[in-house]
Amino acid sequence: MIPKTLFKKANNELEHIGRTVYEDFVEATQTCPQCGFELTATELKDNHEVCTKCGHHFRMNARQRIELIADKDSFTELFADMESVNILSFPGYDEKLRSSRAKSGEREGVVVGEASVGGRRCVMFVMESQFMMGSMGSVVGEKVALAFERATREGLPVLGFTVSGGARMQEGIVSLMQMAKTSGAVKLHSDAGLLYIAVLTDPTTGGVSASFAMEGDIILAEPGALICFAGPRVIEQTIRKKLPKDFQTAEVLLEHGFVDAIAPRNIQKEMLANLLALHEKEESE
Amino acid sequence: MSAAYERVQAARAKGRPTSVDYINNIFTNFQELHGDRRFGDDGAIVAGIGRLSDMPVTIIAQEKGQTTKEKIARNFGSPNPEGYRKALRLMKQAEKFRRPVICFVDTSGAYPGLGAEERGQAEAIAENLMEMMTLRTPIISVLVGEGGSGGALALAVSDEVWMMENSIYSVISPEGCASILWRDAKKVKEASECLRLTAEDLYSLGVIERIIPESGRDFTAAYMNLRTWLKKALDDRAGLSPEELIEKRYQRFRKFGSVSIQNEVD
Repeated sequence: MIPKTLFKKANNELEHIGRTVYEDFVEATQTCPQCGFELTATELKDNHEVCTKCGHHFRMNARQRIELIADKDSFTELFADMESVNILSFPGYDEKLRSSRAKSGEREGVVVGEASVGGRRCVMFVMESQFMMGSMGSVVGEKVALAFERATREGLPVLGFTVSGGARMQEGIVSLMQMAKTSGAVKLHSDAGLLYIAVLTDPTTGGVSASFAMEGDIILAEPGALICFAGPRVIEQTIRKKLPKDFQTAEVLLEHGFVDAIAPRNIQKEMLANLLALHEKEESE
Repeated sequence: MSAAYERVQAARAKGRPTSVDYINNIFTNFQELHGDRRFGDDGAIVAGIGRLSDMPVTIIAQEKGQTTKEKIARNFGSPNPEGYRKALRLMKQAEKFRRPVICFVDTSGAYPGLGAEERGQAEAIAENLMEMMTLRTPIISVLVGEGGSGGALALAVSDEVWMMENSIYSVISPEGCASILWRDAKKVKEASECLRLTAEDLYSLGVIERIIPESGRDFTAAYMNLRTWLKKALDDRAGLSPEELIEKRYQRFRKFGSVSIQNEVD
């Protein structure tokens, strides 16, 4: 097979120099919020958006996640044609939707599809933080519900990756109803004896944590992820006290018994593939 | 003056009947049952068994309290996880004894506190949403004052949801909405309008089945109507199998949401 890089090689010395200089110039660096280490975009990308020094997990977009978890070329996207409607004519919502589409390159806050992971078929949904912080409106609720309904029909497990600021207030009560709708779809999938693994990533809060994120048979969480119902600011305003540091991290939830295991990205696919294999039903059944 | 904000104020008004008033005026033989059998008893949720006319029913209600002392004991109607777990325990009990469940909703929201988070507020609400969807007995919910977000929904995944004329139901408080969207908590009137949180709004959005009329401070007629309508709603369901009941409930929630399909996939 011809390596793809073959086509990217410089044709001559001049072009090569030009490219190198240009790339060096735009290569942005990011400072790790945990250890202060400077990382280039390439370094981060190559290490699945994890700090090479301290292991801090940066946010990862939905497509990167699919690349990390799904077997190569196994992902087929489903329900990709849905967009949100400003049902309540909420001021500013149309612009917000437009800018989020541009920013994320996605039509909405969740990507759904069928894939295989470690050779085992499953339905996957992956939320997208770049789209209004993965807030749940009608489209997110509909696509997640459709994902579970399809998995129920096909007898497939579901792998769900959550990242969300909660319900999408621009859709008012309709966004709240998505919590019930998705929970119902999860329940019917569960009652059919099928496996649902939720992977909670930073941040998973509000209406999403209080619905399908916390309804997995197995709930995994990424290191350091903020997972909560009410955000730290809201709690501090209510109790009028500073919260202890890292109070609502994945590790603290593990301690309190609300998360099954921490799933660092370097072994996340392995963990998921193993769990899927452990739930595989024998052919004779 | 914003009409929606007037409703918000009415729903929260001092002296407005709270869930306990509804229980006392609609049902007989009420026996309160306490505790979640896991951690404790949450005063923000009053629950038990009583009779609706002749029929034994399980009643689960968020209670804000009337006096200052009561309000503190009731945590101002904001449940902790043990409240939602008590509710679920009694719903399961109702299912076992084939009693219908009547819920009264009145909360500004699930309590956002330290202990609530530690004991899994999100998990407790999520569990209720899931379990209520397939509970094998009828559930009717009535919003009597404030219906605040997920904390209200956790008692309202029901066959029918009704609202008192001056109650509100919203994904976020108008104050919270104003401060997040416009970074200005004073824009609460605008937020109240935008959120479409009045009983009429929700009825027109198809989120509720019935509005219970109020007439000033005298709730006698409202209680009587509620008793009649609750009885009828339960009688109407008496012939349904649990499977039919669950299917109808699922479809009730499945239809919510509005999406546009874009044909060109780029």
